[in-house]
Amino acid sequence: MPRIEANGRTLEARRGETLLETLRRGGIRVPTLCHYEGLPPTGACRLCVVEVDGLPNLVPACSYPVVEGLKVHTHSARAVNARRTIVELLLSNHPDDCLYCARHGNCRLQDLSEELGVRARRLPGTRRHLPRDVSSPAIVRDPDKCVLCGRCVRACQEVQGVAAIDMTGRGSGARVDTAFGEGLNVSSCVNCGQCVMVCPTGALTERSHLDLVEGALRDPALTVVAQVAPAVSVSLAELFGEKPGRDVDGALYALLRRLGFSRVFDTAFAADLTIMEEASELVRRLRDGGPLPMFTSCSPGWVKFVETFYPERIAHLSTCKSPQQMLGAVIKAHFAARAGLEPERVFSVAIMPCTAKKFEAQREEMLEGKLADVDAVLTTRELADLVRRRGLRLGDLAPEPADMPFGRRSGAGKLFGASGGVMEAAIRTAHHLVTGGELADLKVEAVRGLEGVKEARVRLGDLELGVAVVSGLGNARRLLQEIDAGRRDLHFVEVMSCPGGCIGGGGQPIGADPAALGARLQALYRIDGAETVRTAHANPAVRQLYAEFLGEPLGPRSHELLHTHYDARTVLR
Amino acid sequence: MNGPVRSVAEILAAHPDRGREHLIPLLQEVQEAQGFVSREAVAELGAHLGLPSSRIYGVATFYNQFRFQPLGRYHVQVCRGTACHVKGSQGVFQAIKRYLQLEAGQTARDGLFSLEVVACLGACGLAPLICVNGEFHGGVDADSAVKILRRCRREAESA
Amino acid sequence: MTSRTIPTALDPARARELRREAVDVPVILIGTGTCGLGAGAGAVLEAVRTLPAVQRRGARIVEVGCIGLCALEPMLDVQLPGRARLCFGRVDPGKARTVLDAMLGEGAWPELPLFQFPADGLQAWDGVPAIGDHPFFAPQTRLVLRNCGLIDPRSLDEYRARGGYEQWLRVLAQMTPAELCAEVERSGLRGRGGGGFPAGRKWRFAQETAAERKFLVCNADEGDPGAFMDRAVIEGDPHRLVEGMAIAAYAIGASRAYVYIRAEYPLAIANLSVALDQARQAGYLGRDIAGSGVDLDVVVKKGAGAFVCGEETALILSIEGRRGMPRPRPPFPAVSGLFGCPTVINNVETLANLPELVRIGADGFAALGTAGSKGTKVFALSGKVARTGLVEVEMGTSLADVVHAVGGGVPGGKRFKAVQIGGPSGGCIPAAHLDTPVDYESLKELGAMMGSGGLVVMDEDNCMVDVAKFFMDFIQRESCGKCIPCREGTRHMLEILQAITRHPRSEHGHMALERFQGVVNLEDLAGVIKDASLCGLGMTAPNPVLSTLRWFRDEYEAHIFGRRCPAGVCTELLSYRIDAALCNGCSRCLRECPVDAIVGEPRRPHTIIQERCVACGNCVTACHRDAVLVS
Repeated sequence: MPRIEANGRTLEARRGETLLETLRRGGIRVPTLCHYEGLPPTGACRLCVVEVDGLPNLVPACSYPVVEGLKVHTHSARAVNARRTIVELLLSNHPDDCLYCARHGNCRLQDLSEELGVRARRLPGTRRHLPRDVSSPAIVRDPDKCVLCGRCVRACQEVQGVAAIDMTGRGSGARVDTAFGEGLNVSSCVNCGQCVMVCPTGALTERSHLDLVEGALRDPALTVVAQVAPAVSVSLAELFGEKPGRDVDGALYALLRRLGFSRVFDTAFAADLTIMEEASELVRRLRDGGPLPMFTSCSPGWVKFVETFYPERIAHLSTCKSPQQMLGAVIKAHFAARAGLEPERVFSVAIMPCTAKKFEAQREEMLEGKLADVDAVLTTRELADLVRRRGLRLGDLAPEPADMPFGRRSGAGKLFGASGGVMEAAIRTAHHLVTGGELADLKVEAVRGLEGVKEARVRLGDLELGVAVVSGLGNARRLLQEIDAGRRDLHFVEVMSCPGGCIGGGGQPIGADPAALGARLQALYRIDGAETVRTAHANPAVRQLYAEFLGEPLGPRSHELLHTHYDARTVLR
Repeated sequence: MNGPVRSVAEILAAHPDRGREHLIPLLQEVQEAQGFVSREAVAELGAHLGLPSSRIYGVATFYNQFRFQPLGRYHVQVCRGTACHVKGSQGVFQAIKRYLQLEAGQTARDGLFSLEVVACLGACGLAPLICVNGEFHGGVDADSAVKILRRCRREAESA
Repeated sequence: MTSRTIPTALDPARARELRREAVDVPVILIGTGTCGLGAGAGAVLEAVRTLPAVQRRGARIVEVGCIGLCALEPMLDVQLPGRARLCFGRVDPGKARTVLDAMLGEGAWPELPLFQFPADGLQAWDGVPAIGDHPFFAPQTRLVLRNCGLIDPRSLDEYRARGGYEQWLRVLAQMTPAELCAEVERSGLRGRGGGGFPAGRKWRFAQETAAERKFLVCNADEGDPGAFMDRAVIEGDPHRLVEGMAIAAYAIGASRAYVYIRAEYPLAIANLSVALDQARQAGYLGRDIAGSGVDLDVVVKKGAGAFVCGEETALILSIEGRRGMPRPRPPFPAVSGLFGCPTVINNVETLANLPELVRIGADGFAALGTAGSKGTKVFALSGKVARTGLVEVEMGTSLADVVHAVGGGVPGGKRFKAVQIGGPSGGCIPAAHLDTPVDYESLKELGAMMGSGGLVVMDEDNCMVDVAKFFMDFIQRESCGKCIPCREGTRHMLEILQAITRHPRSEHGHMALERFQGVVNLEDLAGVIKDASLCGLGMTAPNPVLSTLRWFRDEYEAHIFGRRCPAGVCTELLSYRIDAALCNGCSRCLRECPVDAIVGEPRRPHTIIQERCVACGNCVTACHRDAVLVS
């Protein structure tokens, strides 16, 4: 074990560690900006520079390997001055519109200038005035606010394997951009929003639907209904300063009613609906030998990923719409009629942990010749903003139930919020469809947890299925490459675009660490465990909807309302 | 550039190797054949090398050499090396800009001229230096540089 | 590389012929390096080829590389049988005809040649200085450049006739890689690319790292504006580089080597490619070279234009097909470099030194130069100096000798102000320190650095703030853009310099403050950029500003507080007036004025409205009668 001396204290280092890791374990905080947990250091931002005895220059702690006997000064005048100057330089050409910025109060640059005591504009500089890219339905890019830390590029390339953006140009003309500087909407971007999650400033934000929703809420001619995705209730509280993992399900419905939504539905209900359709589709494909493995289709980033990069695999995607779109469809087609409302006057808002859902809601197939299933999508973050705009507080509210007919869910539906949840829910129901009986303890341990790739062999009666659960599109790409290379043992594959699934979605609170993700995950498992109804097919509300309106899974009405199709996309890949 | 332009497909056919280290040489060949790097060329290169377009564009924009629009019939390079600078290349550059009504990196609408500033042409002994279609003209000043370009224009008009 | 050839020795008589110690017909040698061609050697060559006298005498025409005296290009040499070779400078087709008609006719010269090349067995010409006595060549010691301008760079045999590849074969037969590394380490050879790291030590790191594959990379990306040494060496004597690379590759155990060369050097690329083909065919490269069991192939990679690719890790990424953005070190390339394998990167001049170093031995090499800097250094001398060109002097020679003795000083009776050494990473050295010896440490002490060897001379008409601005503009464009101190810091330093030189009237908002804080902020920023940047480019980027601030602070102060440019270069700080007596009212200036500050009726004298003028200087260049007075 190498030992180093940091600020006069001796620290035990682990072999192969970087200086930053040793310092952090030793409780010494060195600020970082470009550092990306889990990926190799790039040494770009230089904020973690420290003074090391015997070395002529400051060294970046993030990439410097610890060796025995290093004497390090992390907060010497020289190191702090360098850091402060670096931040001042960033500020010198940064737009000064913090008050108007979506990331005001949650901005790394603000934190750093605070931490380093930047209190005067020492280096006034010329500002850039680059056009914002508002072409995408999900993500807005403001290059003026970009500090070129490169984290978005790494998220897009190294984590997600999408590579819609890269560093372009050089020197003071360097930018993060798409190929040929085209709009994000015509790039290979799949709208997953992982870039937004890692952006330290307001250079990448979701396309806000807040004004749209507020307008609708104020419009007396409209009936505004909301649906809330399973992953939102276990993360929203973090935006109000609470510890990760607290479920605010009931308070959330109360909150939405206070905000003026006429009806508040649970997307987990639609997740059950999805399972009914999707499990039936799987069973049919297994019976008919239809394209296998079947891929889930509830993650719109993943769907666009297949359309863009693997169009020849489109037939493997389940034709099921995502729960958001299914619920949107039955709200307008069924709820409206039942409630005596004109569907045109129902304004349907989805509260999602996701940016790609904004894109999904306006996909052509979802719009062609008919009403939009969903009119606006708010991310978890936007919902918190809306709550604050109205002067409400989460903690003040007593829990309330969601509205019927789409307010009842099973534990399985709730599991949709985490990677592996769709799989587990589908297996529970497929088991029932195939065998007529229920799965032993309803738990499929092998597909639980935060790992990016989980695989299992599952027995449904005398059928043995090969299943895989993948989260993070980089992992999905690797699996597709295996399948392309001839892998044949898989029947059903769940893919979530975002690492960890929707609990790590691009619309979730920014700045959460892996531990927070774990806490959200455990919360979902707890909720499922405590539910009385834990399978989709046992959900009475779902049964009722089939009996009253839909008929049977994969039937004509389901086909019309709950299923869709996909098209290859010709963009610069 | 006479004769048929080599297509990207032809160039790629001659390079069966798909390692990433071939990216820059391939971009160079494409540009040599076609005068610039087009969107289509990037897409084809990407498919061949298994690289995302954004990466190829990122690489191409990093280096001075690559252009994304066609060159003019006369490609004018103005050297802005140190020796040229201390001998007045700034004035030469200004005069050329005014004469051509172009900024560095642009191609004229009529396609006759394109203008480029280069860091150093490496013939500092002859400073200040401009280069038209690969031919060096050393020891120029604002007037003589514009004269060279006028000659090009006349040549093009009479042809 | 299918069949292998064992290199054979050259017949001694043939070698004499190739060295032109005995020629049977007149030989005409024309320098057709890039400098020569740029000065018009192409037309001279055409004229000479068609000259009746040349055809009548059956004279042989040889294209040679650059001998180094760029200022007198195009150069034409004539060697008559039995007589020493004569050199004529500033030749155009007409002068070539006159010279050759006279030389090939009556065997006399129509005008005095520049110098002659004395040689054993050849009768010298009376009244013509020997090359060694010419002021440009007298102070030089040419190891690397010894063949440049003398031999046909496309002839392997001419290189061999002068001892070429002998050292490569000798090393291969007689020395182990470890011995070779030790020998070079003992010679004191330091990297000629800029940093001056001991070459032998760098080799040893790579040599001692066990790996299946290792690489040698020759950095011929010569991105310094104002430097062209590498180009001239490769154009004029490519085999020297190839031999040097072979020696280095053997020392570190690399069987594959790359030459990363600027795409802007087409002639150098062509000559190098020819040389590599020849070396492969003759068996100096390839498989099992000379039966030694050693393999080596050399691949040419064209750089695509990025100054930062002179930095080792950036260069490696560029060869790998990536953006040339330096990565943190350690690991150093000698341990993990190209494709993750141990890689040594040496500059062209370092490698071209090797054949001669091995020939004279470590002691012989170490006898040249100063205590810390051994051997010679090649400089590209340009700017305000009479004899621009390529110069090789022993380390320790004073800068004054290079500028004044070799270069002939500042022309036109102007006063010398400074010499810029080391390009964008280097600095400006004032007259008071011109006696400084050329060695790594002395230059560093003055705030400059050896760099790759660009030497740009400046006179009283050059403004040092403008020079600093020039370099900062260069660096902020050429910075890779990765690390913040370099990317944002150099941009900001440029902005400060722009504020200092901006027209008082276009100054608004924070600009005046920026100007007054200028010097303080420049020094602060420079400190952080040097201290915290990721790579060598950033760490040295502030040097041009710091060195001019150090030696020419008064010029900065004149700009900042006096709002004037003493050298009259910063146009925005000048004032413009039209001399009514000279103005004929042609309105050219009026049309060129971007702010409509010039008024006047056609064919009547015009006037500049001072309140509107932004001092862009357009009117000065527009006026054909020099009627715009600048003060």
